[in-house]
Amino acid sequence: MITMATRAGPFTHTVNSISRTMLWVMAALLPATAYGLWLFGWPALMLFVITLGSALAAEAAMLKLLGQPVRSRLFDGSALLTGWLLALSLPPWAPWWIGLLGSLSAIVIGKHLFGGLGQNMFNPAMVARIVLLISFPVQLTVWVAPAPFGSDASPSFGQALAYVSDSTPLPEHMSAATSLGVLKTEHSRGVSVVKTAAQLPPPAQLAIGHESGSMGETSAGLLLAGGLLLIVLRIISWHIPVAMLGTLAALAAIFSAVDPTRFATAPIHLLSGAAVLGAFFIATDYVTSPVSRSGQLLFGAGIGALTWVIRSLGAYPEGVAFAVVLMNAMVPLIDRGFRPRVFGRSRRGKTLEANTQPKIKL
Amino acid sequence: MWSFRVRGGVKLQYHKELSSEKAVVAMPLPRRLYLPLQQHIGAPAIPVVAVGDTVLKGQLIAKAAPGLSAPVHASSSGTVVAIEEYVAPHPSGLRQKTIIIATDGQDRWADLPTPVIDDFPLGVSPSELNSRVAGAGIVGMGGAAFPSAVKLDLKSRYQLDMLLINGAECEPYLTCDDRLMREEAAAVIDGVRILAYALEVQSVVFAIERNKPQALAAIRDAARVEPWIKVMALPTRFPMGSERHLVLACTGRETPSRKLTADIGVVVHNVATARAVARTIRSGEPLISRVVTVSGRGIREPANINVPLGTLVEDLLVFCGGLHPVPHKLIGGGPMMGAPMPSVQVPVVKGTSGVLALTADEVNDGAESPCIRCGSCVSACPCGLVPLEMAQLVRRGDLQGAHTIGLQDCVSCGSCSFICPSHIPLSHYFNFAKGQLGALDRDSRRQDRIRSLIQARNERAAREAETKKAAAAARKAAKAAAAASTAAPAATPASQLEEST
Amino acid sequence: MDSTALTHAAQAVGAIGLLGTALGVILGVAARYLSTPVDDRAEAVAALLPGSNCAQCGFAGCKQAAAAMVDGRASPNCCPPGGASTAQRVADLLGVHLTMDASDAALPTVAWVDEERCIGCTRCIRKCGSDAIVGAAKQMHTVLPEACFACGLCVAECPTQAIAMKPVAPTLATWHWPKPKPKPAAAIPLATE
Repeated sequence: MITMATRAGPFTHTVNSISRTMLWVMAALLPATAYGLWLFGWPALMLFVITLGSALAAEAAMLKLLGQPVRSRLFDGSALLTGWLLALSLPPWAPWWIGLLGSLSAIVIGKHLFGGLGQNMFNPAMVARIVLLISFPVQLTVWVAPAPFGSDASPSFGQALAYVSDSTPLPEHMSAATSLGVLKTEHSRGVSVVKTAAQLPPPAQLAIGHESGSMGETSAGLLLAGGLLLIVLRIISWHIPVAMLGTLAALAAIFSAVDPTRFATAPIHLLSGAAVLGAFFIATDYVTSPVSRSGQLLFGAGIGALTWVIRSLGAYPEGVAFAVVLMNAMVPLIDRGFRPRVFGRSRRGKTLEANTQPKIKL
Repeated sequence: MWSFRVRGGVKLQYHKELSSEKAVVAMPLPRRLYLPLQQHIGAPAIPVVAVGDTVLKGQLIAKAAPGLSAPVHASSSGTVVAIEEYVAPHPSGLRQKTIIIATDGQDRWADLPTPVIDDFPLGVSPSELNSRVAGAGIVGMGGAAFPSAVKLDLKSRYQLDMLLINGAECEPYLTCDDRLMREEAAAVIDGVRILAYALEVQSVVFAIERNKPQALAAIRDAARVEPWIKVMALPTRFPMGSERHLVLACTGRETPSRKLTADIGVVVHNVATARAVARTIRSGEPLISRVVTVSGRGIREPANINVPLGTLVEDLLVFCGGLHPVPHKLIGGGPMMGAPMPSVQVPVVKGTSGVLALTADEVNDGAESPCIRCGSCVSACPCGLVPLEMAQLVRRGDLQGAHTIGLQDCVSCGSCSFICPSHIPLSHYFNFAKGQLGALDRDSRRQDRIRSLIQARNERAAREAETKKAAAAARKAAKAAAAASTAAPAATPASQLEEST
Repeated sequence: MDSTALTHAAQAVGAIGLLGTALGVILGVAARYLSTPVDDRAEAVAALLPGSNCAQCGFAGCKQAAAAMVDGRASPNCCPPGGASTAQRVADLLGVHLTMDASDAALPTVAWVDEERCIGCTRCIRKCGSDAIVGAAKQMHTVLPEACFACGLCVAECPTQAIAMKPVAPTLATWHWPKPKPKPAAAIPLATE
């Protein structure tokens, strides 16, 4: 029997797949997440479960609605990862409906309304965070001090249920501002940044993360470890994290040297807030970042610069979410302008001249 | 050994151990040989035998057509039983003119040209060597099958200063070049020196990938006889064997887009081609056999076999113990750039470097998912293209857009498809797009020719109408003149005669 | 309203009115002097078409079809004998986006004379726009495939239905990979040996 081939080569394939990539990213997030869950107790765990659960449910519903294969696409890990990143960026004791609405915004609006996997222009977790921040500013800016499992301050299961179901307001004595929040409010009151910074935990403690904030804002050290793992596994490349953190640190260092009373130093910028989380896990999202290495450098630098600008000169204490979404909008233009150089052609696309080749030395 | 950096490429699972330790063996002569007239790039050869003729081993059975072509010789003695359309070893399953010989089992040689047995410098001129190589039907044996004599002739049109021997064998599973370098290193080096002499170049680089340490040692040892042959060990990365990338890695020179490596002074030849040249010059034998690697987990006994050209793949598989388990794919060539065989009843031709029986696990196909823009294909592309963007344009039907961002510079290596986590057939999109653009090009030139035919026809019709009109007007004028003359008193019979015509 | 408000209102209306008038004048001048002459485009498009007036597109002739394509009344791929390449060139000229989806393109065809039925009347020879049919009175007629552009006029003309349009099969030189299907299908069996 003679058959005409319908499928051309190659007839071998790497073991890599979408789900394998997503699994490794989740593994890299695990240490910091576990630490954060331990740090904030039952309410944080409940919120985490609710956020991830509603992300999966929303994904299943949308896949069904759009007529796409539910079984294979639901468990490729992309919806779970979106929910996970969103949960890491919410206040750990937020009520359940924040988690639910956030997941719905991320999956339905941020992902499927743009066309589904691979088609969204903006990072879905950041879209959700911004939607929540603007719609419910109070709930998204209420932070609690760390209350690890086993400590006196840690709420019991029943108490946690009460907080999460929004039947009981959060106790006053538990509320605490994040480092960036403190800097912003004190600066607006006219207090010098140097003075405020002295009251904050030292950089070493900021790195470990025993401080208030969302779960993704706490342990910079564990997140850095996870990010380095991803780079070693070649799941992400170093270009975006280095460009983002480098630009952030450079701007912070320059301006804090020029005017230390107005601008915070580089270590504070790098170690507080969602800088490390954003650099390794959010800005490096495949779908919404440029495809070429040079484009990624520009993208990362842009996010770092915008983060610094919003934090230092803007109204919000934390600027990573806005910076990421703003640079996401630039990605199609970056992809058009920053293509790699084609073999045999100059950067402009013209064929190379044969006589300008170097003479070989053997 | 230090080599220049080449961007992109992928790290593969090579599985060469399936056949790399198996020495080259001969196989029993098949009952029938199927020799296609086109086993090379260019015009098909023209038969010089007829059905019923007796042929001897090495006898010319089809001469090279004018222009770019190569002759075909009988791989063994026997009788020509047919010259007909037979299925080609091509993924389309289409047929081509093939000479079918029933072997008589005696393997009798025809008269061969006098061998050149002198040592270097050879007693024959480079042009004599060229014509011998052309007459032996030698083509690029790495798979490209470009007539080698034409490549040797490049020295007359380009400024050449280097011969580069391609011993990379970067495709997985294939070990035919590896075994050749290990077992016949002296003959290979002899062929290299002959080629260098024919090309009149002073420097030779012999490039071998690092995953072949014994071949490197054997060739280094054999090359000691000629001090200006430099043996280079290259990093094991696909597609190191691609001509342009090989030249870049060994010399640092980048071949300009749409140009030949000869434009920057380098000619590349495959190891097996060099060996075939040595055989032709030293013993007069034309190209009638080649080493083929039969491998994959779907074949019982993988092997490297010296196959007479024209042997059916079926005979080859039987010799290797048969297919077990039934493979998912039967490929001619390597798994990256090879193509599926339309049937087991196709012949082995000059460019068949391997026959692979691959199981589903080895192929590792998967359902296609949407593109997640991970950029792995951009990192993997050795030509600096953006496969995900080109594939998106091709999928939408915008072939011209894909052409604008570099489709013509794609070498179809398949690295992008290999690395894509969503199993998108990127390389297939580009093969389709290149083929379709080529077809549109041919079609538009044909339309131009037809348009000029139509124009010519319209002009001819207009001319004929003009002539008719002129003749009718002339008749009318004559009628009027005659009528005028009859009105006058003397109407001569002559004018009446005129009127009647 | 008091007088200052009226003055302000008058100023606002006057300014906007002046701006609008000025822009309108500029646009009108541009439309007059900078517009693309439509005649040129129709001629350029007609030059790309075969020019045999076979009427397969539904218009009286190639010039009328070209005018229709320029106006937008006809799509650039309305000329079957022109083939895909002509459609692409017209689309490029007019700046129209054409989806070159080869999967739904029909195989190109050429005319073929059934020698059993041909009576040698030469009616098709006289009709053929590109002189693709060779023959003479009472002699066998045959089609030169490289000159035939499948306008179909000969098929209608033949009194014995001796001409048919046959698809051109791909050869090894012209075959290329088909467009990948979304779901990988099994290989297509061509023949059983």
